[in-house]
Amino acid sequence: MTPPPAEAAIASAGLAPAASREETPLRRFVADFAESKVAVGAFVVFVLIVLCAVFAPWIAPQDPYDLAQLDILDGRMPPGTMGGAGFTYILGTDDQGRDMFSGILYGLRISLMVGAGSAFIAFIVGTALGLLAAYFGGRTDTLIMRLVDLQLSFPSILVALMILAFLGKGILNVVIAIVAVEWAYYARTVRGTALVERRREYIEAAECLALSKPRIVFRHLLPNCLPPLIVILTMQVARAIALEATLSFLGLGVPVTEPSLGLLIANGYEYMLSGRYWISFYPGIALLVTIVVINLVGDQLRDVLNPRLRK
Amino acid sequence: MTVYLIRRLMQSALVVLAMTVILFLGVYAIGDPVEILISPEADQMERERAIAALGLDRPLWEQYVAFLGNALRGDLGRSFVFNEPALKLILQKMPATLELALAATVFAIVLGLPLGLIAGLKPEALYSRVIMAGSILGFSLPTFWVGLMLIMVFAVQLGWLPSTGRGPTAEFLGVQWSFLTADGLRYLIMPALNLSLFKISLVIRLTRAGVRETVLMDYVKFARAKGLSQNRVIFVHVLKNILIPVVTVTALEFGSTIAFSVVTESVFAWPGMGKLIIDSIYVLDRPVIVAYLMIIVFMFIVLNFTVDVLYSVLDPRVRLQDQKA
Repeated sequence: MTPPPAEAAIASAGLAPAASREETPLRRFVADFAESKVAVGAFVVFVLIVLCAVFAPWIAPQDPYDLAQLDILDGRMPPGTMGGAGFTYILGTDDQGRDMFSGILYGLRISLMVGAGSAFIAFIVGTALGLLAAYFGGRTDTLIMRLVDLQLSFPSILVALMILAFLGKGILNVVIAIVAVEWAYYARTVRGTALVERRREYIEAAECLALSKPRIVFRHLLPNCLPPLIVILTMQVARAIALEATLSFLGLGVPVTEPSLGLLIANGYEYMLSGRYWISFYPGIALLVTIVVINLVGDQLRDVLNPRLRK
Repeated sequence: MTVYLIRRLMQSALVVLAMTVILFLGVYAIGDPVEILISPEADQMERERAIAALGLDRPLWEQYVAFLGNALRGDLGRSFVFNEPALKLILQKMPATLELALAATVFAIVLGLPLGLIAGLKPEALYSRVIMAGSILGFSLPTFWVGLMLIMVFAVQLGWLPSTGRGPTAEFLGVQWSFLTADGLRYLIMPALNLSLFKISLVIRLTRAGVRETVLMDYVKFARAKGLSQNRVIFVHVLKNILIPVVTVTALEFGSTIAFSVVTESVFAWPGMGKLIIDSIYVLDRPVIVAYLMIIVFMFIVLNFTVDVLYSVLDPRVRLQDQKA
């Protein structure tokens, strides 16, 4: 908890050691995070991926959802071919003449949106239920935790399959399925942390001040339970992206008109056997890189936010 | 012990009951049961007759009791597509899936254990780091994409293995198995490897962690001090002790391997239950979907129950804690 190691970390990470600046929690957090070069690299790649997804309409040479821009004659062209529209298909085209590079950029948008969105909704639902269980205890606790146990005893794909079999495909239903799969992880973690935290003096102090229960739970208890939840949130975004891709590959996910990375890979499946690998290969690489960098960032976050590992 | 068994059994029965309610509501409340249970090709006359025959005009709870009664008698409805009992269809496809899952488990142990052992004995060596990086990839790579890449490399580019399907089978105990014919084995390799990817990574990590912990134990030091050969220390003293958690986790994972075979079977066109359920979802063959979910949920509950009972036999703390609660 003394400042020197953190300053050393700042210096070693190549950042300007600002001796005059005061140490804030945020600055220490950044310095700790920067200790791992791999994690910083992964974070940079992740930011680049997000930027690519956000600015896809300006980067991509083609709007892959606009059927008027697709030329069926350009279908299944290998990477590097000059297309009829006057630009090079650097990653080739799929069976409908869709530029794979543009398709991947737009697909990333959907994959990231569904992944981050559903992980965040699961975070809110799971955290709320976990806090309820921890703060009220007794019957509420037993009921919620039994549900968590039940949920976690079934594999994610089975739960998602069950929900999509009844609700049918579509982006919203995929989000519902992912939330149903992931909420339990947050609930269990936040309950464990909150049970420890609620015995601390500051909660007692808040109760002595006769603050309202919601105020104690959300303003005092919740902020102190956040660090482990942030780690789980990061990891679950990666899991959600993978699950969405898998469901879309199985044909249960997003609609064909707006392909995510998983659906792009599925589209290339039948052409794989005739050696046209690029339709499935490149979206898969994009998916893989996205998942791996998020996991690497999450790994480092876990080390940084774990108080037991703090020097 | 008996008290614990009965309690656990009752809990399991309750979960099964809860699942039937969920599935029932899934069919009868969310979807339109007429659309779900009656073939879309039926005309108005047939529809009305079917509604009466299925009792869809009766109150919901009565329908649920009928549904439950039929399910208990093993009647989970008839497939629209194949016009056969849904249960029979699924049971026919089950051996293929079981074979795939078993082969994946064998792969996980045969590949994961030695790799984990190597990585655990020399954690700082370059090859250990490579193995660990590989295991991280095994966790984060989407299974279906790896399957496609396997097909691309080994079937399309190299031509060593057949790309999809199950290949020839031979009969044993009244069931058809691939692994009994040489050609069937070639069909089995890629799907099994694909399905086992996650499990291999898991076994590697478990073994490595176990080895790193065990080599520091006093009894291992003592075995070394006695002058036993390195091989004997590793294979008898270390390996024996880490096998217990590894085998337990691998067995526990068997259920989720069967569930995840849905993905692998779709990639490799393996004719198992997983492929059947995906095909049934495409054509909205709901009786088959319901039957599949019932069977697999039931299987999971039996599996969890068995594991819990085994744990309580092996570890008295589990059942004592439960009695107090």
